[in-house]
Amino acid sequence: MVNETSRTSAQTTGHVWDSDLQEFNNPLPAWWVYGFYITIAFAIIYWIIYPSWPFGKSFLPGVSKVTYVNAEGKEEAWHWNTRAKLLKETQDAAAQQKPYYDKIASLPYDKVTKDPELSSFVLSAGKAIFSDNCAPCHQSGGQGKIGAYPNLTDDDWLYGGSFDKISETLHKGRRGYMPAYAEALDPAQIDALANYVLSLSGLKADAAKAAEGNKLFHSHAAACYYCHGDNAKGRQVVGSANLTDKVWLWADVPGAQDDAGKLAAVKRVIGNGLNRGVMPAWDGRLKPEQIKLLTVYVHELGGGK
Amino acid sequence: MFKFKHESLETNAGLLLVLTMLAISVGGLVEIAPLFMIDSTMEKVDGVRPYSPLEQRGRDIYTREGCYTCHSQMIRPFRDEQLRYGHYSLASESKYDHPFQWGSKRTGPDLARVGGKYSNEWHVQHLIKPTSVVPESVMPNYPWLQSTPLDYSDIGDRMRALRTTGVPYSANAEEYKANVEKFGEAVAKTLHIPDAQKNLIAQAQEGNYDSDRTSVSEMDALVAYLQVLGTMVDFRQYKPEDLVKYR
Repeated sequence: MVNETSRTSAQTTGHVWDSDLQEFNNPLPAWWVYGFYITIAFAIIYWIIYPSWPFGKSFLPGVSKVTYVNAEGKEEAWHWNTRAKLLKETQDAAAQQKPYYDKIASLPYDKVTKDPELSSFVLSAGKAIFSDNCAPCHQSGGQGKIGAYPNLTDDDWLYGGSFDKISETLHKGRRGYMPAYAEALDPAQIDALANYVLSLSGLKADAAKAAEGNKLFHSHAAACYYCHGDNAKGRQVVGSANLTDKVWLWADVPGAQDDAGKLAAVKRVIGNGLNRGVMPAWDGRLKPEQIKLLTVYVHELGGGK
Repeated sequence: MFKFKHESLETNAGLLLVLTMLAISVGGLVEIAPLFMIDSTMEKVDGVRPYSPLEQRGRDIYTREGCYTCHSQMIRPFRDEQLRYGHYSLASESKYDHPFQWGSKRTGPDLARVGGKYSNEWHVQHLIKPTSVVPESVMPNYPWLQSTPLDYSDIGDRMRALRTTGVPYSANAEEYKANVEKFGEAVAKTLHIPDAQKNLIAQAQEGNYDSDRTSVSEMDALVAYLQVLGTMVDFRQYKPEDLVKYR
């Protein structure tokens, strides 16, 4: 048997297993050792620059500073931390956007839409704000959802589609409401009303029932005309729907399979009423200049008046 | 004379164990212990209060359904997060959370400030079938929340358990008085354990979170909880630089 260790001059630990298994005892590679020393040096430099060691009720703040503008408008420096850095980055970015926002704030709405540079700013900044805050309900293209959230791209507006009305809706929010008639009226009356509502939009309806529904609509018993108006075109002051056009929000008439389905969809809304039409108020959540920008963005989605 | 060499560590399992534990403890202590000592860990802000009984039950459902596995509740101080989610989270905003719901993974968005952002109706519809309002969503449906009545028989016990961890729910007149001073009368009333069931039902009725006043459902509780998230502190009261100086 050949003695394996005699082939090499490497130092071993001296342990021998199974009479020939041995363990080398080589020094660590130089690159590794120096790499280790460099990490220690790096740590010490890091302690000096950034907040590091705690002591007592405080800690070493480090020499690195972040300079931002405080609430009094004066420059102020604080030791590096992520909050200070965020404040500075936010202020830098706001300074970059400021010329645009200032111009938008100072100009009337229709001037903003006529300025190509501002328009493209509204389009890109508005898209970001809209996608995060509005798209969950009104969907990413503003097309809304039948049965829940209004379409913002058509020219049918519950509360008005002028710049001022859109702005008011954004600032203060809206709360749509329609009483439930299931208990106040009997099924035949609701059936008549539903036929009348369908006939208003030029859809197939029982003429006799629709005539009866017409009477009921304008009577004190159902009093639909209080809110929807004498001509059933809706009143934007109370946000009541225009029943004479082909746009549907709450009753999923377009999605119904057949005429019976359309009738049932309208009857459901009349019977159950609505208290779900809640648009949150964005005052306090978005800045006034963001709301103005969003007003223009929504107005320009296609249906602004 | 014992001469310390690296070899003595490698050949002495007991010594290796003790010194390894020592090294890890120092590392851990240096990172964790100062947070309990440093004055500025907790920001001194007004408005943070323990959850009302209904919100607390909603929070229990949030953890039961494992919402935290996909949603964080911790907005980090980065510009992109601030733009999307709102003001960065403060340590003091989760001081009554046991356990906190900061989370470590976002498959869905952060929820630390989801309160008030969407309507109750949106939450109900979204929880029943998320794709009905967010077509690209991968969130599962939770339709049973709406149809399951909320079990609030043990709400008092749950609050008592939290009280032992330091959440200031009041169990007697003296603690109630202290809460009135600390949070004001309206909030203190909701923190009183003997009235917990009554308060829970009253909030569910008044808030009508799931559009069904006939019963208190799990949906009522969860939506009540979601709607309070991140809304307790009014950041308009504070200058941004004041919060910077807590770090």
